[in-house]
Amino acid sequence: MLRRARAVNPSGAVVRMGEANYPAPFASVLEFNAPVHGTWNIVHTGMLVPQAQQVYVCAANCMRGVTLTAAEMNELDRFSFVLLEERDLVEGTVEEVTLEGVTDVLRKLDKLPPAVLLFTVCVHHFLGCDYDFLYQNLAERFPTVDFCRCYMDPILQKGGPTPDQKLRRSMYELLRPLPAHKGVVTLLGSDFSTDETGDLAAYLREIGYELRQLPDCRTYGEFLALAEAELFVSVYPNALLGAKAAAERFGRPHLYLPQCFSFEEIDQSLGRLSQALGLPRPDTVPLRRRAEAALAETRALVGETPVAIDCTVHPRPLGLACLLLEHGFRVDTVYLDGISPEEEADFRALQHTAPDLLLKATIRPEARVLPRGRAQKVLAVGQKAAWFEDTPHFVNLVQGAGLWGYDGICRLCERMREAFLEEKDTEDLVPRKGWGCESCV
Amino acid sequence: MRRSHRILPVYTADVSGVCSALYELGGMVVIHDPSGCNSTYNTHDETRWYRQDSLIFISGLSEIDAILGNDEKFVADIVSAARELRPRFIALVRSPIPYMNGTDFPALARLIEAQTGIPAFFVLTSGMHDYVCGAGDALAELAWRFVRPPERVRPRSVNLLGVTPLDFAAEGSAEAMRRALEERGWQVRSCWAMGDDLDALACSGEAQVNLVVSAVGLPAAQVLRERFGTPWVAGAPIGAFADELCAALECAAETGACSAPCARRVQGRSGPVVTLVGEPVSMGSLAAALSLWFDCPTRVLCPLERHEGLLAPSDCAVRGEEGVENALKDAEIVVADPMYRYICPETVRFFELPHWAMSGRCYQKRLRSLFALTEEQCGTILRKI
Repeated sequence: MLRRARAVNPSGAVVRMGEANYPAPFASVLEFNAPVHGTWNIVHTGMLVPQAQQVYVCAANCMRGVTLTAAEMNELDRFSFVLLEERDLVEGTVEEVTLEGVTDVLRKLDKLPPAVLLFTVCVHHFLGCDYDFLYQNLAERFPTVDFCRCYMDPILQKGGPTPDQKLRRSMYELLRPLPAHKGVVTLLGSDFSTDETGDLAAYLREIGYELRQLPDCRTYGEFLALAEAELFVSVYPNALLGAKAAAERFGRPHLYLPQCFSFEEIDQSLGRLSQALGLPRPDTVPLRRRAEAALAETRALVGETPVAIDCTVHPRPLGLACLLLEHGFRVDTVYLDGISPEEEADFRALQHTAPDLLLKATIRPEARVLPRGRAQKVLAVGQKAAWFEDTPHFVNLVQGAGLWGYDGICRLCERMREAFLEEKDTEDLVPRKGWGCESCV
Repeated sequence: MRRSHRILPVYTADVSGVCSALYELGGMVVIHDPSGCNSTYNTHDETRWYRQDSLIFISGLSEIDAILGNDEKFVADIVSAARELRPRFIALVRSPIPYMNGTDFPALARLIEAQTGIPAFFVLTSGMHDYVCGAGDALAELAWRFVRPPERVRPRSVNLLGVTPLDFAAEGSAEAMRRALEERGWQVRSCWAMGDDLDALACSGEAQVNLVVSAVGLPAAQVLRERFGTPWVAGAPIGAFADELCAALECAAETGACSAPCARRVQGRSGPVVTLVGEPVSMGSLAAALSLWFDCPTRVLCPLERHEGLLAPSDCAVRGEEGVENALKDAEIVVADPMYRYICPETVRFFELPHWAMSGRCYQKRLRSLFALTEEQCGTILRKI
């Protein structure tokens, strides 16, 4: 058991909002990984393409994480792989092993899938793999299969898009141009379907539009039919790169209507959507009133209980902090490691309105050993906040789930009230991978 | 193709093996890796991460630092963290990119040791070998660097070498091994490495014999043999085999000779062959126990890299999904991790024995302690399956 002779200085991992730097409040050093795994990874997201097979080509250690992700979500039969060995790197056989290995696993399958998401890795990039040669050969060997170029190359993510962002672009490269259908809107790039009660889905339903989304697709054909939209929208930040690229490729409009907590921004998004469809702007006053009521009801219940928010629960943790602080909640901590450009305005605002709000790092080494939990009850909004605060009272959501608009605020408030009143088994829930996915754990 | 897997997961790799072996010893392990190694390790390869802290980090290697060979950030970050956290030692672990660009880890370890005054060492990994290599080499490094020459050797005492949750995840496994040996008159000096700290391991030279309970323990046993002449015996005290194993310990104590009774099994003659798949020492020991109880013939299929001297003549080293699948084609009774069901013939009678290094937490609710298996249970199970 670890024994420390003296207390650890928390200063590298904790900063007052008033003194925090944008966009990096903490220095980049060694990284800790908390036992909190509800956010989706590339395996979870890739499995959204119906009937597709994922094939990874990488070293054993990298493979272990992805293969067991598939195993835990009971999808091993849609997951295959080829192991790279040291001699491949030394002898320059990475391309050959990739080509022959992928060929071998596909020939071993009972039935060829309509699409293969082939993930190459950092090693391919560093060795200058000839991707065109690779994919051209695979296409010739398997003419009925659509190959999707996917990457698990996190070494590149500090200077460019993350593997997650690139996957959300690659997946939609499988779509082929189809004639636009009047009355169809496709939402691209989210892991979760936007809630049916959400303002976005409700508005489209009200005006007679069909909303198509990848998580609702059950067949590869349904997936391909996503391309029939007259308008593409995206709501999740990591989707933006791929959604814009897909819309451009099809020559159709794209709107980014982010999941957020600002009333003005929600109104603007609904306004932009209605304008794009050539329809009148929806009346949001009743929706706003409902959200205000939900916030007031929740505040009355939660009272002065400290609230801690984390960056895994929603793409806008600071936006959520702003909303809750404006409505009288005692938000005192936000767990995050960087500030998203989308949150710069919220960050600047909070520096003035809540300078004592604490920002706490989740990946700094100190985060491993600093004391967790408090003597008093804490309401955590998000899995990481739950772990760091060591509390059973937490909102168990990731990535904003399907929340959108005023309805999203109401639903989050419901979850907060439920979390405040009922205890959850934090140790059982937060280490599970892929919130919302099937799990054998 | 040996390296292509249609469905069977890969075993825990060397990087996680190092972390697992060193987990409880108060050191700091730094994996030179961009992202993912720590998450993979703590999610799928580690049972203790939630409740018991340990200083295991990644460096967050970036493309530009890898290309330019900028090791200064790596060293500075480690030195800074070590000064704050004061670990007992610092272990450096290599992932594929630093392997490929030839980062000089032994030199970096010396640099870090000089700057911090904390023992620092590199464990030879690349992310492309299995856990037995990583964990085994990590323990061997401890045996070189931290075990003190003994003032005296204590009679009828042993060290348990190669105890990690990767092979012994069922709760109470380490305690059960201790108990089995103590009941037979042997005192356990240290357990490498669950339940004991670095100070306990440093006194390991006092043991009369080293008991290698998994292939992970063999390199450390060989180091201790070289340094202090301590003989080693390979086997785990499972069921009826525990008596035979303790007899081998007596023999080693008397003669100073090393042996692997898990690989010297007397083949039974009754019924079909029982095929056990997995780590060679624990599966060989279980096979020995089954043979003793039921006089059944057994064979162990070892899909791991290191098994030299640990397999019986009837056993077989296999590699990859294809290798195991071929070897299982004519099997009648299989004892293995449930993942192997996917590649077994449908007619096989399958006795599942979840192995953390294969299936991680997928079957954690169905884990069985090898040391709690009784003749009656095994008999019932073997007849029923």
